[in-house]
Amino acid sequence: MGKVVLKLGDDISTDIIYPGRYMATVLPTETPQYAFADYADFNAKVKQKEFPAQSVILAGKNFGCGSSREQAASCLKGPDFVIVARDFARIFLQNSINLGLRTVICPGIDASEGDELEVTADTVINKTSGRAFATVALPKARQAIVDAGGLIPYTRKRLGEKHGSAA
Amino acid sequence: MGMTITEKLLAARAEVESVQPGQLLIVKIDVVLGTDATAPLAIQVFRRMGARKLFNPDQVVLVHDHYVPARDVAAAEAARAVRVFAQEQGIRNHYELNRGGVCHLLLPEEGLVVPGDVVIGADSHTCTYGAFGAFAAGVGSTDMAAAWALGETWLRVPESIKIEFVGKLQPWVGGKDMALRLIGDVGLEGARYKAVEFCGTAVEQLPISHRVTLCNMAVEAGAKNGVVAADESALAWIRPRAKRNLRLYRSDPDASYAAVRTYDVSSLAPQVACPPAPNNVKPVDAIEKIRVDQVVVGSCTNGMIDDLRVAATFLKGNKVSTAVRTIVVPGTQAVYRQAVEEGLVATFLDAGAIVTSPGCGPCIGGHMGVLADGEVAVATIARNFQGRMGHPGSKVYLASPAVAAASALTGVITDPRVVKH
Repeated sequence: MGKVVLKLGDDISTDIIYPGRYMATVLPTETPQYAFADYADFNAKVKQKEFPAQSVILAGKNFGCGSSREQAASCLKGPDFVIVARDFARIFLQNSINLGLRTVICPGIDASEGDELEVTADTVINKTSGRAFATVALPKARQAIVDAGGLIPYTRKRLGEKHGSAA
Repeated sequence: MGMTITEKLLAARAEVESVQPGQLLIVKIDVVLGTDATAPLAIQVFRRMGARKLFNPDQVVLVHDHYVPARDVAAAEAARAVRVFAQEQGIRNHYELNRGGVCHLLLPEEGLVVPGDVVIGADSHTCTYGAFGAFAAGVGSTDMAAAWALGETWLRVPESIKIEFVGKLQPWVGGKDMALRLIGDVGLEGARYKAVEFCGTAVEQLPISHRVTLCNMAVEAGAKNGVVAADESALAWIRPRAKRNLRLYRSDPDASYAAVRTYDVSSLAPQVACPPAPNNVKPVDAIEKIRVDQVVVGSCTNGMIDDLRVAATFLKGNKVSTAVRTIVVPGTQAVYRQAVEEGLVATFLDAGAIVTSPGCGPCIGGHMGVLADGEVAVATIARNFQGRMGHPGSKVYLASPAVAAASALTGVITDPRVVKH
């Protein structure tokens, strides 16, 4: 369960999540300092580690549109955010799954900043308002990567299979 | 039932007879592209995957384009990591700045991407290669690292949307205006996860440079790939450059589409995408006087020689407004050389513009033309989200080279059809 710490609209681009001027920084341990860099208050709280793990960023449609930069996912994975959105842009969702950033597709979600959300297998329950909203399952090809713990362990396993031994 | 060109491209590389939208395939990859922006992370991930050797170094291309010449120490260190990796893995297609340029223009120019290819690139504008009859989709660094290790990837066959352009374009209207109009109509997720297939008599009349712009911007509508079937005019450009065999596909007449849209371009005016997103599109003549601080002509969207020629047509014998910093970025070293030989560079310099070395430069707000708070740019690039070209308080208007050059002359956003040149 986590509290909504940031509520956003539709079409939030990777230029907003992780501005291009910080793209030379790539290490997942270093990218969180630039998460939403141009939202000064929010960014300061990320840097101060003020948000507990599983805090929720709530977004509208097409979250993560634009660039393929993986920093946009890794900067949110570091502080262990959960992203609940009406839907996601393709590359961002794929990057999130690859990195193990928790993303929840919830087309009907209705919540405000400060609400407590509980994410179950197929719903998001807004504990504050008492309402529940259905979620959409991940594409099947992606669920296998989630189950493996991300694309790194998944590929490690595939390589082992290909070469007939553990890589 | 018939198949679309995208379905045929994927079926061929999955080595199956036929495919349907929604089907999951393991597809063999012909080319894996990385840049100085995305390869450094992928190199670390590759090692963490336990991989030691690339599946085939000749199918991996690395291009230094985002931060060249090195912008700062961090970029220099990142570039060095790419250089060391290329050497260690024996990657011949490693393009440093001296023989390089913007990756999506460079690879077709070098004949490294040809019709029939399946291309995965760690850059969202990888979809550009669809202009050459390839299936090409952007991914992140971790997906690229997996592709380096395995030489294959999981792909879900996308539903296709057919965009048919018919009619005859007016002067100074082209691929950029068609792309912007489409994105303005369908929105930033109008083609999410889909293949966008461009066809029709107006597309057949377009030179390759304009097809590049169309496919390049498909991702701004959320598409997985954009594609134009390679016809004789495309092949005339591709054949002298191609380094591998071509495999040509076209959609069957009875192929099925999730949606079909038809545009008559005869009445299409030059289009401009206003801030803060590529779908906020208006005809140029509907835009109030907007004062401009900077004009950028270039990028993977509009950085080919044709694009520079259009800009030069407007600037020749004229001076850009003293209030406008005008920056021309040739897409590749070859484009740069040709621009010198044709006298375009002299035209730009005489007009009061600067010509930079090829690269992504100002498009990502990295360097070579970053905007200050409140500044306004007209740029031929692909996207204009808040903060794209610098300060979050700056604004970017997306337009064709004709609109950009006309605006450089007047200092306000200007309809190229009414400028004397």
